[in-house]
Order: sequence, then C-alpha cells, then structure tokens
Amino acid sequence: MSDGQKERGPVLTVPVRPRPRPGGVPGSEAGARDEGIGASAGRPDGIPKVTGEFQYASDLWLDGMIWGVTLRSPHPYARIRSVDIGPALATPGVSAVLTHEDVPGSKLYGLEIVDQPVLAVDTVRYQGEPVALVAADHPEIARQAAKKIVVDWEVLEPVTDARTALGLDGGAGGGAAGEVPRLHPGGNLVRHLRLRKGDPDPVADVVVTGEYHVGMQDQAFLGPESGLAVPAEDGGVELYVATQWLHVDQRQICGALGLPPDKVRLTLAGVGGAFGGREDLSMHVHACLLALHTGKPVKMVYNREESFFGHVHRHPAVMRFEHGARRDGTLVYVKAQIYLDGGAYASSTPAVVGNAGTMGIGPYVVPHVQIDAFGAYTNNPPCGAMRGFGSVQAAFAHEAQMDRLAGALGLDPVELRCRNAMAQGSQAPTGQVIDSPAPVEEMLRRVAALPMPPPAAWANGGAGAVDLRDLPGGVANTTHGEGVVRGVGYAAAYKNVGFSEGFDDYSTARVRLEVLAGEAVATVHTAAAEVGQGLVTVEQQIARTELGVHQVTVHPKDTAVGSAGSSSASRQTYVTGGAVKAACEKVREGALAVIQRRLGRSVPGLRLAGGKVISDTEGVVGELAGLLGDEVIEETVEWRHRPTYPVDPETGQGFAHVQYAFSAHRAVVDVDTELGLLKVVALDCVQDVGKAINPQAVVGQIQGGSAQGMGLAVMEEIQISGGKIRNPSFTDYLIPTILDVPPMQIEVLEYPDPHAPYGLRGVGEPPTISSGPAIVAAVRAATGLPLNQIPVRPEHITGTG
Amino acid sequence: MRISCTVNGEPQQADDVWEGESLLYLLRERLGFPGSKNACEQGECGSCTVYLDGVLACACLVAAGQAQGRDVRTVEGLATGDELAAVQQAFLDAGAVQCGFCTPGLLVAAHDLIGRHPGPADAEIREALAGNLCRCTGYEKILDGVRLAAARRADKADQL
Amino acid sequence: MVVGTLCGMEFLQPATWAEAVAAKAAYPQAMPIMGGTDVMVELNFDRHRPEYLLDLTRVTDLAQWAPENGHIRLGAGVSYTRIITELGGPLPGLAMAARTVGSPQIRNRGTAGGNLGAASPAGDSHPPLLAAFAEIEAESARGVRRIPAAEFYTGVKRHALAPDELIKAVLITPPAGPQQFCKIGTRNAMVIAVAAFSLALHPDRREVGTGIGSAAPTPRRAVAAEQFLAGALASDGLWESRGPLPDTVGRRFADLVADAAAPIDDVRGTARYRVHALSVMARRALVWAWNDYREA
Repeated sequence: MSDGQKERGPVLTVPVRPRPRPGGVPGSEAGARDEGIGASAGRPDGIPKVTGEFQYASDLWLDGMIWGVTLRSPHPYARIRSVDIGPALATPGVSAVLTHEDVPGSKLYGLEIVDQPVLAVDTVRYQGEPVALVAADHPEIARQAAKKIVVDWEVLEPVTDARTALGLDGGAGGGAAGEVPRLHPGGNLVRHLRLRKGDPDPVADVVVTGEYHVGMQDQAFLGPESGLAVPAEDGGVELYVATQWLHVDQRQICGALGLPPDKVRLTLAGVGGAFGGREDLSMHVHACLLALHTGKPVKMVYNREESFFGHVHRHPAVMRFEHGARRDGTLVYVKAQIYLDGGAYASSTPAVVGNAGTMGIGPYVVPHVQIDAFGAYTNNPPCGAMRGFGSVQAAFAHEAQMDRLAGALGLDPVELRCRNAMAQGSQAPTGQVIDSPAPVEEMLRRVAALPMPPPAAWANGGAGAVDLRDLPGGVANTTHGEGVVRGVGYAAAYKNVGFSEGFDDYSTARVRLEVLAGEAVATVHTAAAEVGQGLVTVEQQIARTELGVHQVTVHPKDTAVGSAGSSSASRQTYVTGGAVKAACEKVREGALAVIQRRLGRSVPGLRLAGGKVISDTEGVVGELAGLLGDEVIEETVEWRHRPTYPVDPETGQGFAHVQYAFSAHRAVVDVDTELGLLKVVALDCVQDVGKAINPQAVVGQIQGGSAQGMGLAVMEEIQISGGKIRNPSFTDYLIPTILDVPPMQIEVLEYPDPHAPYGLRGVGEPPTISSGPAIVAAVRAATGLPLNQIPVRPEHITGTG
Repeated sequence: MRISCTVNGEPQQADDVWEGESLLYLLRERLGFPGSKNACEQGECGSCTVYLDGVLACACLVAAGQAQGRDVRTVEGLATGDELAAVQQAFLDAGAVQCGFCTPGLLVAAHDLIGRHPGPADAEIREALAGNLCRCTGYEKILDGVRLAAARRADKADQL
Repeated sequence: MVVGTLCGMEFLQPATWAEAVAAKAAYPQAMPIMGGTDVMVELNFDRHRPEYLLDLTRVTDLAQWAPENGHIRLGAGVSYTRIITELGGPLPGLAMAARTVGSPQIRNRGTAGGNLGAASPAGDSHPPLLAAFAEIEAESARGVRRIPAAEFYTGVKRHALAPDELIKAVLITPPAGPQQFCKIGTRNAMVIAVAAFSLALHPDRREVGTGIGSAAPTPRRAVAAEQFLAGALASDGLWESRGPLPDTVGRRFADLVADAAAPIDDVRGTARYRVHALSVMARRALVWAWNDYREA
C-alpha cells in the first residue's frame, strides 16, 4: 500500500483557488466547490458565516426569553455556611434564584469521575465555582440581583501546588504532607499512570536530565459560552448549546435534572471554536434548571471574564526527564516523572495523564522506558481537555531533552531525531507496534529542507531604512537591529487519534437518499459537533463520493440521532466520517437493490457516480433520480473503529491507541537578546494526514494548530496566585495576532492508514504539539539559554525574573 | 432612552435603551443585527468591528447614546442584495472561514482596508487587521483571502 | 420592562463646549466619555456605574487641532489615527506612540484627552507628552488653566483635575530636535506597555525631555537623566558641533533613566525587568535621536 502511495508521490499540493471567469457569478463555479473527498470543497455554512447570518449560540433569540446569570465563588477554597437569596429574589424583574437545593437529580456530574457539583453544596474548591443562579428580564437586572445574594463563607487556605497536594517533597505549596487537606473523599490523586518497559536499570554512555515547567494555557475560543433552554410541554426541556459532544452533555444533564433522555433534547447551536474547552458542561444544567423552574426560555451568555472561569484549561505541568543514549546517538532509555495539576475537579484528567504517560517520550524508539505520570487535585482552576491533551506538555520536555542530548553528543538536532525516529513496525513505549505508516524521519528531513526565510534585511549593516515591522518589537520601536540574533529550531511530535484505553469509541450516522424536485439528494444526520474544523463539509464530501450525488444536506445536529462521540482527540473525520461512509454504503446497497428491481434484470457491477447509475459492463444505465423515483432509502449506522484496550496498571503496556498522527516543525526566531523580545519569522510544518479529505481545510487546521502552539510557547499563560486567576481577560491573556503569527509553509504527506476510512489520519492536534517546542528550540539556539519554562518571557531571556 | 440611527442604509429605532448599553448590544439585542459578535466586549478582539460614520470602530466601545443619529454599517450590510462583496467571496474561496466567529469583524476591517488601499502589501494587511483576533486559522488563509479580494477588485477595475 | 429603575444612569449629550463645561459644573460626578476605549470597558464589565455619562463626541471643537503661537493646540478629541496621519511631522514622538495604541479600531476612537483623563501609568501618550514639555488645558465654569504634563499625574490613575474640570486640549510646542518613543510589549498589537520610554531633544533650549511609562505609580520624567545629558551636551559643545556622542555619556544617561523608575512586579512583568528594559530603551533611543540630530 505504501509503495503504491510512494509512486504516486506523497506530497500534496494545495491548489490556489481559481479566480472566477470574467462575468461569472461568484460562487457558482462548478468543480471543486461541490466535489467529493479529496477536493477542497466549500463549506456549506460558509455563506451564512460571511454574511453574518450564521446563528451562534450567543445569537439565539426567542420571544419571551429571559436571561440567566451565575453567582460564582470569589474564593479558591471555602466552606459555605449559609446562602441568603431573599434580597435577590425580591428584586423587580427577577423570576428565579436557585441553589443546589433546587437540583432535583444528582447534585454531582463529571466526564470521567462524577465529582463536580452542579451548584456548590457546602464547599467550593476553585475561584469561580458556581454557587447560585438568577433569572431576570434583562441581563443587567440579573447581574445586579446576583450581587445581592449573601453568602456566609468560611475561607480556607487553598492547596495550590500539585506535588504538595500529593504529599511529595519539593512541592511549592508548603506544609508537611500530613497537613495537606483531602480535597475530595478519595484523596488528592486523580490518577497515577505507571509505565515500565525493558530493563529497570539500563546503562547509557551519555545522560542528560532536565526539569521543565509548562504554564496553564486557555483555549480562548472566541465564541463565549452560550445556550438557550426552552421548557417543553411534556415536562422536558430543549437545549440549544455550543458544545463538543451533545450526548455526554445529555447524559449529565439528565442525571442532574432527574429526567430521561427523551425529555432532554439537545440541538447544537453555532460553535465559535472549542479546542477542548467545551467538552465539559458549562451552563447547560443551569439554563435548563432556570427554564424548568420559571416555565420560560432562558438564555445564558458568559462574557469573556466569566468565560475564563467557566471552562477548564490546559493542565500546567512540572516534568523531570532523564534521557540516556549511546555515543552514536541511539536512545537507550527515558525516565520521566510528570506532574499535572488538575485543579479542583477531575474533568478529563485521567485521560490526559494517560496520554502524557503513554506518549511522553515522543515519536522515538526507546527500548527502556520508565514513566510515572500523575494528575492531582488542587484548588487551582479545573483543568481538562485542550487540543493536544497531555502530549503538548510532554513534547515540550522530550523535545528539549532531545536538543540537550544532541548538544551533549555533538550531533545535529535533526540527525539525532532521525536516528531514533519511529517508523511503521516500531514499538511504542506501551509495547504497541505501530501498524501503519509513521514517516517521522521523512517529515523531519522535509521540514529541514523547506526554503528558509530570507536573511534579515536589517542585518546587512543597516543600508537603507529599517522596516520596524520586520523586527522584534515591531512598530513599538524597541530595536533597529541591535542585539538581535536569529535562531532555528526543530521538533517532532505525535498524538493518539480517538478515545483510547478501551473506551467504546463510536459514532452514529443517519443517511437518507431521495429524489426532490427531480434531483437525487442526500441528507446526512449526525450529532457530531461542527466546531469550525469543517466536519460538516467532510460529511457532505463523503456522501457525494459514496452516493454520487451533488446535493447533500447536512441536517442540524441534535440528540434525535445517536451519539457521534466528542469533537476532540482529532477523531471526528475518522469516526463520524467512518459512520457516514458506512451508512452511505448501506444506503447505496439499498438503492442499488431497488434499481436492480426497477431495471427488471440483473446488471453486474453497479455503482453510483455523478448522479448516474453506472455498470462496469454496460456503462451508464440511467439517471439516479429517474431510477430511484419515489423510493426513499434511509439507514442509520453505529460505527466503531477497531478496539483499544486498557493498559496494564503496573507496566502501562497494552494496545491503548487506535491510531497515531505525526508532525514535524521548524521555527526561525529573531531574538532581541538584550530586551528578551522575539519575532517568530517562520513556522513551517510537515504532517502526514493519511488522506486529505479536504486539502484546504487540512492546511487551515495545521496552520491554526501551529499558531496555538506558538501562543503557548511565547505569550499565553493563565497566571495563578494563591489559587486566583490574575489575568482573566484578553487584555492580559495574550493570544497571537496577525502581527505575531509568521508565514507558514505547510507540506502535507498522504501515507494512508490501512485501518482507517479512506486511509485518513486525524489532523487537528499534532500541529499544536510540535510547533511550540520548535520555537523554544530556536530561541535557545539564538540565546544559548536552557529555557526550561514556557511561555518564554522576556525576564527569562534577560535574567531579570 | 430612544436611539435612532441608520444601519446598513435603513433607519432604525430602539426604545427603552439603557444608558449603559453599548452599540454592540443595541445592534445584536434590540435592532436584530446579530452579525457583529461579542467575543470580549473590551475592544481586544475586533469581533464587533463595524463602520461608524464610515470609520472602523469596535461597537462594544461605542455607547448606545453615541450612535444617536449616526450611520452604522455592519457585516450584514457588505453584500449587495444576493451578490457577496469581494472580501466575502474571497474569504470563502481562500478557506479563511473555520468557526467563523471572527469573520464578521475581519470582513468589515478587510473591506475598509481594500477600500482605502487597493493593492495592500502583506505588512500593511497585517497592521490593518492587527485588531482582529482569530483562534482557528493562524491567519494565513485570511491573508490569502485579503490578497485574493484585492487582486479581484484590481482585475475588475482594469476591465472598466 | 424598564431597566432604568434598577440601574439609573443618565446620558448627557452637550452639543457645544460651553454646554459641556456647564454640564460638568452641574454634575461634577459625571463621567466624560469620548472614544469610549476605557470607559466602555468599565461599563461592560460592571466596574463602574456612574450616575451620569457625559458624551463629548458631539462637541466638534474638541476634534480639531491647529498651530497656534508656535505650539500645536491638540483638541482632546482628536483620534490617535489622525495624530498619526496628520501630526507625524511636528510631533513624531507622539505619533510613534499613537501607532502602538491598541489596534486600528481603537486608534480611530481613542484620544490623547481620554488617555489623560484615565491617567493610567501605562498610557501610551504620556511619555511623549512629558518629553515634549506639553501642557494640559483644563476648563471649568470657574475658568481655564494650564497644567504642565509633569504636574498632571498625581497618583495611580489619578490626575490634577478638579471634579468640575474637563480637558479641552493639549498644548505642545514641537520639540526642535529629534524625538523617539519605545514601548515594550510581549505581543505586536493590542498590548499594554510593560515599560515605555520617550525622548525629545530641544536644542533651541539646550534641554532634554524624557518620559517613562509603566514603570512608576505615574508616568514621569527622568529629571536627573535629562539634566545630566543636557549638561554633557553643553559642556562638550555637542549641541553646536553635532559630533559623536561618547559611549560613556549614553551609558550614564541610560543608568539615570533606569534609576528614575519605581516599578512593581505585576502580571505583565517584573520590576527588575522594567528597570533593565528602560536602561536598554534609553540607550538605544538616545543613539537613534543623536544620529538623527547629526544628520539633520
């Protein structure tokens, strides 16, 4: 399979969009815009998004709706002695004030561990934890009423360090082990993943060690948390919400409301980005509670400040790594301890620990591995899913270690990586054999061979005027070239695709084929959340390819169809794509059976393409629309990838992940070494996507993911002090602007995965993983500094911390 | 208070406007123009970018009362009937739209840029769009979209 | 549904400057709003619920600037965008600072008057106004007065205006020599200064003006640095000769600028970094300004 692919050439060029022919109506070009898989088909939601008509969750409106707001704890750790809602309830315009007492079902919910209160009962464990809800005619009335709720707090000393929480020495939180409070009944350990492979006492010629710190990143999706809950006549509720997984939301809402699933009906509202931050509940139960209590539709929208408190963040990490290698650069062993601060509630911490632990050494072959990865409860903000999910943190450490090792061995950093690169047939640290292409070496060599950006214009002795925009600091005029040094860095990474360790990972698709107005049209109905990645386009493209129709309607996403699983783990194109493909295959089978009957004779080798029914032997047999007639073919398929298995609790060995995805980055960074300011000049990537279902969308995902990795490397951090967020706003939580993100050359490889639909590989996460480490490597090259902490700050470069 | 203004060429009016509301709230919640977005409400993201008397502004930073009698143009007013503006079509063709939350603000800012600078260089495009955050695209395809729109308008101008 | 009963706020919209002054006299607690780039953030996030908002955008006089008696009368309502495009010639330091403010959208609305009214130590316009020895013209029903920039900032986000006063204009004599402005930010747009420095040479007065931002409770001048440099330039005859500036002078100047700062640690940076950054910016800005002076 891969040989055939190699002959064809694995590198995909993304075509520049053709300009419309003069006189043509824009948007009406036939061809790419309505093609099947492999084409850069246009998005079905594109036109509404550019005209401002697309309805995001925050745009929802219903006559008679009222507004809900949340009262949140100002304290990271406190007991609630009493709550007086009287003055709030008495405020004109207020319809309801609710506390935990008004939660009819389970008071707790959670993705993996059911440990999180819908509304705080007697304890709050993080700053921002919801305590009460207010519904009123205008959000301002609700806000002011919420301020009138009187809570009698007993403020407690928060636990603010993961290692302290676990009772380990060296924790920054202070206090002897015995004094650390148990934040949850089971103690402060959420999960310990233990991975042991090979010799417990391996010997190496050269050993390098390091301790690495990764700060807390935020998903910073632009669309604020929003939803509209509408009470239904049957005593149930309809919830329109921006989310990543309708059915897991439904399950938790049903638990809290004490209602069965057919009474809690969710529809996906427009999502303004997610990146992991919508995998957990935010206002879902809250809005439903208020709606059921008041009998009115209730809308809730968080502003940006509340958003920082309203969703989980990326786990900050402290990691100690030890790499041992032979003189020739062959890796012998890796030992690592990874501490992830999970904050107040578990969220996805167990899975993040699993990822960081099982993939913590990077895309390299290492015979002897000892990893201990820990997730801890603290009173810091809860952490959970964010694009890259544990691999991001580990990659910062393992890539720094590879460069450190290269330095110790006198080897080129790319060469060292290539010598140890995984390939098809390699064994992962879990003992799993990589059973599909893994072109790590090729990606590294290709990214290293990409054209470098031109040498800095200002470096040539200042001939001619300096363009500040080319320099670190830009028009803020901090340098005209003084002190600026250019560095180049490389990194490679990998990530699992799909839910792992034995999780029953599946998706459901309902596909319908019928003739409307003389044309054969398909409808695809899944619950898979479109969060911007272009899944709706993929669904259309698959139906076009499998059914040979041009017109495909994507049905609104809701819980009327079975679960599609989460829009996370880079899994949707694989799993929901697989479900849509499988449903289309069944529909096609049914349609062809109908057509055979209509033809009244047996015609061999029938297939559907271009709106026609075609026979291998007879050519075009007829128009699909004509032959289908009144017949409606509809199939619903629940589709699974091949199973994964839990890892052994002592050794971490097992077939844990169904697919791996790999990427490599090169970064070129100009550093003002005297001021510690930097400019990322180029950030190039090579990534293997197996099969690019939509090449333009694939490149867009790689570029977007790279920018997020860059943000973590050089500017993004939720700063916590005493458990409190110091910068809950876009003023001081900085994400890259268009003046910060450099040009990005992206090379896409297509080595099919024989186990996956169309050979595709998940795309979204790897670019977020290898980008940041490449940038930090470049800054190290420019400055000679170890830089063991991200985001890199000017203080780190200038030594003025 | 009552606010009367022109939005996308048509007179609009809202009653019972609270004095502390922003133009963004007025547009989205009272006048039925939810196209402009509310990603930060503090001028740090540009998702609420509109034209106010022909000049680019963040609607979240304009007090509703300040819009009295003024001319407002939003993303909903860029297209002419069924024909998309050059920037809108170009963004679609270039793949510059993912989640799309930043798109309305970016389109107004890009529309303003190309209107003032028909052939902007990359450095100019970046500086002009520096007030619009995007979290999905990494900006590359947004740059492609702006270049494409500028090139098409230049072609069209050449044909006249 | 009437929201006003719960959170009453009145919106005052004077059509002329006289009306504005009268309104502020009648309601000293009124919060003036021009571009809204600070005030609306406070309103949107419920930091402030003033009884009265005093909208100055109808007072068209405020959005004018004009040369007057050798200085520039910059109306408090002139936007940063217009400062960049219209005043880059005579006031390059202020124009450079304006170019670093926020974003194009913010620059179209934000004003030096608003920046002064907020009096944040991090405001971008303050260092160049200090370096240019600008004066702030304030008016109330009681009369008009001029406040030198160096006396305008009285504390963290506090200024010398009386409650009934409004800022009418900033009066700036364009410095006769080169001007520079530098601002540290960890991102290339929409960033609050971690530290900022402005320098203006006044060869006609044999004086040097400086402004430090984000490195003290208020924007402030580095007076000892100014006096040192002016003295060194005079005693070496450099104002006239335009000869090369000795490194020792540049380094000493930089040290004195850093000494004038009194920064804190905060989410944007450490005090140690701010001091260090100021000394680097001061040294570089002086080299650039002196080179410009030599080539003039």
